[in-house]
Amino acid sequence: MTSQSRPPLLGVDGLVVQYRRPGAAPTRAVGGVSLEVRSGEVVGLVGESGCGKSTLARAVCGLTPAEEGRITFDGTPVRPLNVRRRDPALTAVQMVFQDPYGSLNPRRRVGAQIVDGIRAAAGRGETDGPRTPEEYLSRVGLPESDAQRYPHEFSGGQRQRIAIARALAARPRLLVGDEPISALDASAQLHVATLMRSLALESGAGLLFISHDLSVVRHIADRIAVMYLGRIVETGPAAELWDSPRHPYTQALLASIPQPDGAGVLPAELPGDVPDPSAPPSGCHFHPRCPHAFDGCDREEPRLTSGGVACHLHPAA
Amino acid sequence: MTTTETTATGKAVEVLRIDGLTLDLPAEHGAHRILHGIDLALRPGRIHGLAGESGSGKTMTGLAVLGLLPDGARTGGRIRLDGTDLLTLPPRQLGALRGRAVSMVFQDPSTSLHPMLSIGHQLTDHLRHHRKLDRKAARARAVELLGQVRIPNPAAALRSYPHQFSGGMRQRIAIAIALACDPQVLIADEPTTALDVTVQAGVLRLLRRLCDELGLAVLLITHDLGVMSALADSVSVMRRGRVVETGPRGQVLTAPRHEYTRTLLDALPGRNTP
Ligand SMILES: Nc1ncnc2c1ncn2[C@@H]1O[C@H](COP(=O)(O)OP(=O)(O)OP(=O)(O)O)[C@@H](O)[C@H]1O
Ligand SMILES: Nc1ncnc2c1ncn2[C@@H]1O[C@H](COP(=O)(O)OP(=O)(O)OP(=O)(O)O)[C@@H](O)[C@H]1O
Ligand SMILES: [Mg+2]
Ligand SMILES: [Mg+2]
Repeated sequence: MTSQSRPPLLGVDGLVVQYRRPGAAPTRAVGGVSLEVRSGEVVGLVGESGCGKSTLARAVCGLTPAEEGRITFDGTPVRPLNVRRRDPALTAVQMVFQDPYGSLNPRRRVGAQIVDGIRAAAGRGETDGPRTPEEYLSRVGLPESDAQRYPHEFSGGQRQRIAIARALAARPRLLVGDEPISALDASAQLHVATLMRSLALESGAGLLFISHDLSVVRHIADRIAVMYLGRIVETGPAAELWDSPRHPYTQALLASIPQPDGAGVLPAELPGDVPDPSAPPSGCHFHPRCPHAFDGCDREEPRLTSGGVACHLHPAA
Repeated sequence: MTTTETTATGKAVEVLRIDGLTLDLPAEHGAHRILHGIDLALRPGRIHGLAGESGSGKTMTGLAVLGLLPDGARTGGRIRLDGTDLLTLPPRQLGALRGRAVSMVFQDPSTSLHPMLSIGHQLTDHLRHHRKLDRKAARARAVELLGQVRIPNPAAALRSYPHQFSGGMRQRIAIAIALACDPQVLIADEPTTALDVTVQAGVLRLLRRLCDELGLAVLLITHDLGVMSALADSVSVMRRGRVVETGPRGQVLTAPRHEYTRTLLDALPGRNTP
């Protein structure tokens, strides 16, 4: 679809992000990640709680500084910015934060916050979208009269829809959604996820979609990247990865999805301890919990092959 | 209807019973009715699931049990914990029950965690206050609780502040705080939305074990029908401030009687995708 010679919309190359604490080893939340999102593409990012997904998302939006590596948007480096004085060009990158309670301004009406997005788009010369906050609210399934209300008057799922409406109003070229629909019921999830996907398809924007809901990711992503303790362990076309996962962590993940069949079966847990990013296991980070680990997995870090898997069971051809 | 089936044997063992709960919240012009008469019952060792449309009143139902409704809220009906009506209990007595007899994992993580206090402070304070543990015993219990919810390096975690954890880690710490004082009743409002499926499996197993071993009664609010199916013994479905359907898990999830429940099940990705 997209010409390979053009730079990707979002390019992440060898990104390392650390959190420092006095008197302790730094937390290496992102430990060397490379990732691309092209225009019109939806990339799903999944992985264990605490593996570094939100950190990666914030770095992409320039909200957390990188220790090493490079992030480019449209070929231009993204530099960490002072949040108060965001470069207007960067309103082309919008993030829907994981916590819908913390990200909306409690003292301003919902409509006014969506108008901010519409103005940002207008400031970049993007004027072909809806002009009123009411239109964006109804797109995400909320009544138009909600524009007059304050964030605290809404339920968890309603707040997530507001946050999405605000991000869509800015007509982003790259939308980073960090668990944007985790509080919605199944029918609303499908509706809003499809809405976000059509943004990518219709206006050629890119979407980086972080979610724990694997079936929603399977449904809307073109490509899925699986992260484990700061690294991408597998990536590939959504259907392929879903049908034939190769990395043992991806296999464990897909096997633990609880089924809504009414049978009362508790899903399988991963054996072993959740690792600590300030003291990561040697070699392959997954080896202490891997059912297939063999001699050497504890010593050598597997690299992500061109085939899209980082595992000694699947060496590069 | 299922409540009547079990009444003969079940009535004596109901630990929490909600009858005809109504809720009005102040609105621009007068009041707005949010809950239109909710009936629910929780039994020791059992998990009752509550699903339903976004904005249907699931969180408000949970908050009503704890007496933590927004300012200006007006309630009707009864919420009885072991026979005591919580809706008419003086605030001080209700406060004493909160966290000890009844506790809640809040959908909004900032309700559970104070941003300026270390995790250790928040967990041990709770234990020392409610359980009268000394400093050392409280610390040991805090480390045990964090380990149970799979927080790596619990001892170091006690010295950290909420913002130093990921969204899912904060959610698990909130679960640890809610479980700290071995409550009789746990209201868990979307307790695993920020968790991946393998870590989620651990939390679901923990809740099931606490029910089986300690007789904990749980109201599990979740929109995730997979989680509902794995954990709930019985299920109610809410819509627009009303319970539209209640029944055993297997029946509600495989042979729903209400139109809306069927819509929810049909919307699951994978059911209607090619
Ligand atoms: N402080 C408030 N003032 C007025 N209305 C409110 C307030 N808080 C919530 N509401 C309204 O009460 C209704 C019920 O909200 P509640 O939070 O119980 O929904 P919910 O079922 O938990 O939804 P979700 O699944 O999205 O969390 C919603 O329609 C919401 O708009
Ligand atoms: N501000 C911070 N200071 C110190 N450590 C942090 C900070 N933010 C995150 N961390 C740590 O970095 C790691 C990765 O966190 P991150 O929020 O990126 O995870 P995540 O993949 O988004 O997890 P979840 O799925 O639970 O939201 C965690 O170990 C967390 O404790
Ligand atoms: Mg996160
Ligand atoms: Mg809620």
